[in-house]
Amino acid sequence: MVLELDSKSPKGDIKDRWDNHRFDMKLVNPNNKRKFDVLVVGTGLAGAAAAASLAQLGYKVKAFTFHDSPRRAHSIAAQGGINAAKNYKNDGDSIYRLFYDTVKGGDFRARESNVYRLAQVSVNIIDQCVAQGVPFAREYGGLLDNRSFGGAQVSRTFYARGQTGQQLLIGAYHALMEQVSKGTVELYTKTELLDVVVKDGVCCGIVTRDLSTGEVRSFNGHAVLLCTGGYSNAFYLSTNAMNCNVTAAWRAHRKGAAFANPCYTQIHPTCIPASDEFQSKLTLMSESLRNDGRIWVPKGFDDNRPADQIPEGERDYYLERKYPAFGNLVPRDVASRNAKTVVDEGRGVGPLKNGVFLDFSDAINRLGEDVVKERYGNLFDMYERITGENPYKVPMRIYPATHYTMGGLWVDYNLMTTIPGLYALGEANFSDHGANRLGASALMQGLADGYFVAPYTIGDYLSKLLGQPPVPVTDPAFAEAEAGLRDEISMWMNVGGTKSVDHYHRELGKIVWDRIGMARDKNGLEKAIAEIPVLREEFRKNVRVLGTPEGINQSLEKVMRVDDFFELAELMARDALHREESCGGHFRVEHQDEEGEAQRDDENFSYVAAWEWKGRGVPQELNKEPLDFEYVHPAKRSYK
Amino acid sequence: MRVTLKIWRQAGPSAAGSFSTYSVDDVKDEMSFLEVLDVLNERLTEAGEEPVAFDSDCREGICGTCGLMINGQAHGPQRGTATCQLHMRTFKDGDEITVEPWKVASFPIMRDLIVNRAPLDAIVEAGGFISADTGGAPDANLIPIPKPVADAAMDAAACIGCGACVAACPNGAGQLFTSAKLAHLNLLPQGQAQRWDRTERMVETMELFFGSCTNHGECQEACPKEISIDFIALMNRDYVRSKVKNRKLIGQSFP
Repeated sequence: MVLELDSKSPKGDIKDRWDNHRFDMKLVNPNNKRKFDVLVVGTGLAGAAAAASLAQLGYKVKAFTFHDSPRRAHSIAAQGGINAAKNYKNDGDSIYRLFYDTVKGGDFRARESNVYRLAQVSVNIIDQCVAQGVPFAREYGGLLDNRSFGGAQVSRTFYARGQTGQQLLIGAYHALMEQVSKGTVELYTKTELLDVVVKDGVCCGIVTRDLSTGEVRSFNGHAVLLCTGGYSNAFYLSTNAMNCNVTAAWRAHRKGAAFANPCYTQIHPTCIPASDEFQSKLTLMSESLRNDGRIWVPKGFDDNRPADQIPEGERDYYLERKYPAFGNLVPRDVASRNAKTVVDEGRGVGPLKNGVFLDFSDAINRLGEDVVKERYGNLFDMYERITGENPYKVPMRIYPATHYTMGGLWVDYNLMTTIPGLYALGEANFSDHGANRLGASALMQGLADGYFVAPYTIGDYLSKLLGQPPVPVTDPAFAEAEAGLRDEISMWMNVGGTKSVDHYHRELGKIVWDRIGMARDKNGLEKAIAEIPVLREEFRKNVRVLGTPEGINQSLEKVMRVDDFFELAELMARDALHREESCGGHFRVEHQDEEGEAQRDDENFSYVAAWEWKGRGVPQELNKEPLDFEYVHPAKRSYK
Repeated sequence: MRVTLKIWRQAGPSAAGSFSTYSVDDVKDEMSFLEVLDVLNERLTEAGEEPVAFDSDCREGICGTCGLMINGQAHGPQRGTATCQLHMRTFKDGDEITVEPWKVASFPIMRDLIVNRAPLDAIVEAGGFISADTGGAPDANLIPIPKPVADAAMDAAACIGCGACVAACPNGAGQLFTSAKLAHLNLLPQGQAQRWDRTERMVETMELFFGSCTNHGECQEACPKEISIDFIALMNRDYVRSKVKNRKLIGQSFP
């Protein structure tokens, strides 16, 4: 082990750790804050919240987004809600319970100190958002409404119709734009990070490409925050937006930031299945549908009859059969794996045989169409818009899809990566969710990191740099990084191959989905590790990028992102191969009990796997951060 | 089915543009409109012709990145639907479909179907926020907000900032966007302190970039979130009031 993985987790009673830590950290006096330049990359929940909050404190902030407006970041697509331990419902919620649920839901693979802090600041997030004008759902008395969500027995989820992510992001975007109007944040849109600059082991800036003009440019700063989201698009088809990518995090990894737990990816069970080879992305349908829908497939193989012509006796309600207690409401991972099993057996439904039925006919008979419409009307409309099928008449078809990645850049308690001065916030880091994220917790973590954690912890780091100007962009470290990027761009422009970038992304996605998807085994993972570099070689020799590096060139943008996905996918496979246990979103076929439940191995795998870059073509080296559980004692998650 | 696409091609902001015609066979009902463009682009690339540049991201109708004039209609023929959620079953075999970028002077064309919508951010920057620095917020339930108020604010806040309202307007007016942003904040109790300043600034910034509203109502028809032009009336009322408001007395006049 070469890396020193010091979590900097404070000691003492968990309830006091964050308070004590905040007191122990050094401060930067208000007049000195303007002497520090901070670069924030990404303007989703974490990025916009951090950029706005740091600027309010007085730091000089530059914010970067590759979108045409900060408001378009993919946080905007989150539907369900945001958790907070407000206990407004008087149903026994508390900070400790939210902490407990999150550690347990993460299958005991997260750092307790971080999770407790997350639960603590969750209450401040809701206050902050309401003050900004986020129109959360309300009851008739005017107080905030809550609903319940998977993995919890209390109602602690705040929501704004089915558009919670949109409203929270607009709140953070407004705060950011206020700072832009005051001149405390300089905003760079259509600007993509393509390298992180490190001098003498410390992060000192970034290199970007202007997506409108093609200009390559360096920016320097005392600290850099990567708030650049997750890597679900390694699967090609996922619920992530088209442009979501791992490039910023990956390029930081190549510069020395350890990448943690890449095999922890989450599959959402209720998405609309792909309809053809050219499907570009998958759409998620709220999990709440499983409250009233019954999941089934035909008992026979290759049954081509329409659903209504398959008699009751020839249907297999496989979740109700295998899990009589939970039935259709088993947790996400169990529902997903079982759908895969029946489809792999050849019992899938729909034109491509790639889905299972989610049938509402019983609910409609029992409750009446009006009640079903009231509960799920907007979802039924969305389904009909996409598939052209009326779910009141024919069963919905659903299939699991990747939609969140728990893994990411390794960070300590201060959210700093293994490169001093480089931070990772939100989905881009690995912290807080362990091996499995609970519903409505992604928004909570993004905003916690951005509003309430990074603004404090960065001060402690910057206070030690007082009097030091940032490394100038004329420094050879920047020149070298810029030259490297220009070489890379010209390399891609001159491959002169025959196939599009999307072609190779799709092919990579098939490998990742088949071998590093919902259920993984040694054989498949070894195959992936062998197949990915072969495909990557072909990609690098035969991809075709037309046009010029100047001006808008969407193929050039994509080719670099897909190249990084290739390297990431290989690491995902190696991480999954080494983790000889099943936990959370990582299910190894070899490690299940006789009933098919995941078997964790706390004795050997209760650690964070932080992989260290060793150079191109050389496997990363594994470093381990042991996980101690002083408060929530590891136990088996059971759904029987 | 087979469709013919007449697509606006333009190499850069200052280049001259023209229509190019492409035919795409084997289009399926289930494909989204943008997936047809994906297929076309893949074929163009393999044939050595530069792919058509167009913007899109979430493809779930929420991020507001996409936006095309399809047969002269912003976001195409289906009501309440962004371009990315438009599916090919809306069209039939043999259709010729004209595809253009938003055609408004305020949104200059960058390349092919991509425009620059920066003026929308400029309007928000002018005052589209409630100043509440991180950390100082009181408990979220301190101020009850009647449900109809919260619901109306949410109706306005549903705006995705795509710019279809501007593109659909014969005058290229920015009223529906600006009024939705204003109503979201002006309706809420938290937004009262800055209400009149906000209204003045945002409306006057809007007028720097966009045309005037003459109540055609095309914006409402084109809006993928079906935002009502009632908000424009609210904005107009607030703008007039902002001009006569004695701001020292704001605390005495809950609107």
